Amino acid sequence: MLYTGGVPAASQLERTKTRRHSGLVRAAHWLTFVAFVALLVTGGEIVISHPRFYWGEVGNVNTKPLFVIPIPSSRDTVPTGYGYVMPDQNGWSRYLHFEAAWVAVLTGLVYGIYGVVSGHFRKNLLPERRDWSWRAYGDRMVQYLRRKPPGGTEETSYNVLQRTAYAVVIFVLFPLVIWTGLAMSPAFTAAFPWTAALLGGRQSARTIHLIDSALLLLFLLVHVTMVAVSGFRSRMRAMITGYGRDSTCDSREGR
Amino acid sequence: MNKISRRKLIYGGVAAAAGVGGLAVADRMAKRYGLIPPDGRGVYGPGETMTYACQRLLTVHMLAREFPRSMISKNPFANEISPPTDEFKRLQAGGFRDWRLVVDGTVAHPLVLSLADLKTLPVRSQITEVACEEGWSYIAEWIGTPLSGVLREAGVLPETRYIVYYAFEKGLWGSIDIADARDEHTLLTMGMNDGDLPVPFGGPLRLRLPRQLGYKSLKFVTHITATDDIKKFGKGLGSVDPEYGYAWYAGI
Repeated sequence: MLYTGGVPAASQLERTKTRRHSGLVRAAHWLTFVAFVALLVTGGEIVISHPRFYWGEVGNVNTKPLFVIPIPSSRDTVPTGYGYVMPDQNGWSRYLHFEAAWVAVLTGLVYGIYGVVSGHFRKNLLPERRDWSWRAYGDRMVQYLRRKPPGGTEETSYNVLQRTAYAVVIFVLFPLVIWTGLAMSPAFTAAFPWTAALLGGRQSARTIHLIDSALLLLFLLVHVTMVAVSGFRSRMRAMITGYGRDSTCDSREGR
Repeated sequence: MNKISRRKLIYGGVAAAAGVGGLAVADRMAKRYGLIPPDGRGVYGPGETMTYACQRLLTVHMLAREFPRSMISKNPFANEISPPTDEFKRLQAGGFRDWRLVVDGTVAHPLVLSLADLKTLPVRSQITEVACEEGWSYIAEWIGTPLSGVLREAGVLPETRYIVYYAFEKGLWGSIDIADARDEHTLLTMGMNDGDLPVPFGGPLRLRLPRQLGYKSLKFVTHITATDDIKKFGKGLGSVDPEYGYAWYAGI
C-alpha cells in the first residue's frame, strides 16, 4: 500500500527494513533513559537542600563555597538570600535516587559486557580508524553547520562526531558520575578510601558529580534535538522496534 | 529466520528462568543472612535492599575514613536542634550529673549508667567526618566509649540483631544492626575536639556512627534497647526516619 505504482525498483530496495539496534541495546537505552530521568529529578531535589558547592574534603555553611547555585533552599539553615524555604523532598528523592542508580549501574554492567563481547563498541561507537584526525572532526562539523543532509551510510552507522559524543557519555561521564556518587558514601569509602582521596575529598566528589550530571543533561538535550531534527519518527522506530527505514518514508507515512 | 528465532526464544527463556531463579535465591539468602533492611519493602524496597546488603557485606570489617588532626574543621556546623525543654535545662544546670543511660532489652544485666559511669569504661577517640544527607560535612575528633563495650557489660544475648536507641526528646529514635553496633568506631560520645561535647553537637551524649550519614548519629541519647525483633518498635520500619520518608540505612 505504501509502495504504489511509479516507484522505481531501486528505491524500493532501499526502503526495505535495515537492522539498526539490537534488542539488548534498545532495552539498555530505555532502561537507562528511565533511570536517568529519575536520577536527574531526584538529584535536583537533593541539591536544593544545600545548593552550595565546595572543593576538598569538607564544606558547610561556615566555610567558603566554590560556587553557589542561586536558588532557594529546602533548609532554613542555608543562607540563600531568599526569604522562603522550599518543601523538603529529600526522603523519597534519596530512596528513588539510589534505586534508579542501581537500575543504571546494572544496565550499564550488562551493556558494557555485551558491548565488548559482541564488538558493538568497536564497530559502532569508537571512532573509525580513518577518522582519527582533527580534519575528520572539522569536516563533519562543517557539514553540520551547513545543514547538509547526511549521506546514506548514516542511516545504518554513526559518524565520527556521534561516535565521540556517545563514547564520552558511555566511557567517561557515566563511569565518573557513578564513581563520584559512591565517593560520597561514608560506608563505601570505608571499604575503598581511595575513591574519595583520588578526587580530592568528599566535597570535590560532590561538585564533580553535579558538573558531570549537568554535562549528561546537556548531552540528553542535544541528543533529543538531533533525533528530532533528523527524523523523530524513524529514529524512535529504530530504537523501539530495532529497524530503521529510509527517512523519506517518514513523510509518506502520513498519507 | 525461523531457526534463529527459535534459538533466540530458547536463549531468552533460559535467561529469564535464570533471572527469576536468581532473584528467588537472592531473596532467600538476603532473608537468611539479615540483609533486608527493616524498611526494605514497597517500591523502594529492592533498591534499599541492594544498597544495604552490598554495603553490609563490603564494610563489615572496614572502619570509616579517619583524618589527620590538621584536617579538623575550625568552625564545624552543628545543625539545628529543638529548643531545650525545661527538664533538659535542669539537667544541664546540674552539669548533667543526673543524665542517665538505660541499657535494656535482650541483655543479661540491664544497666542504668551515669556519664561518670560511662567515663570509667575504655576511652576511644576518632577523627572522622560528619556527612549530612543534605551534602555538607565537617571533620571533628570524637571522644567516648565504644558502644560494643557497654553492650558487653550488659551481657548482650546472642539472639540480638538490632540495637535501638532513643533521644531525650520524645519520639526521636533509631536503630542499627549488630554489625554497626560492634564497629569499634561506634562511640557513645561525650567529648569533641578535646572538650566536653557541646549541647548543639548532641552533648552530653551522642551516638557517633561514622559509617553512616549524620542523621543516624542521634543526639542526646538516653536509652538503648537490644532486640531480636525490630518489627516490634514504632511502625516496624527500624527507626522514626522512614515514618518521615527517610531511609533506615544511611550508608550512602
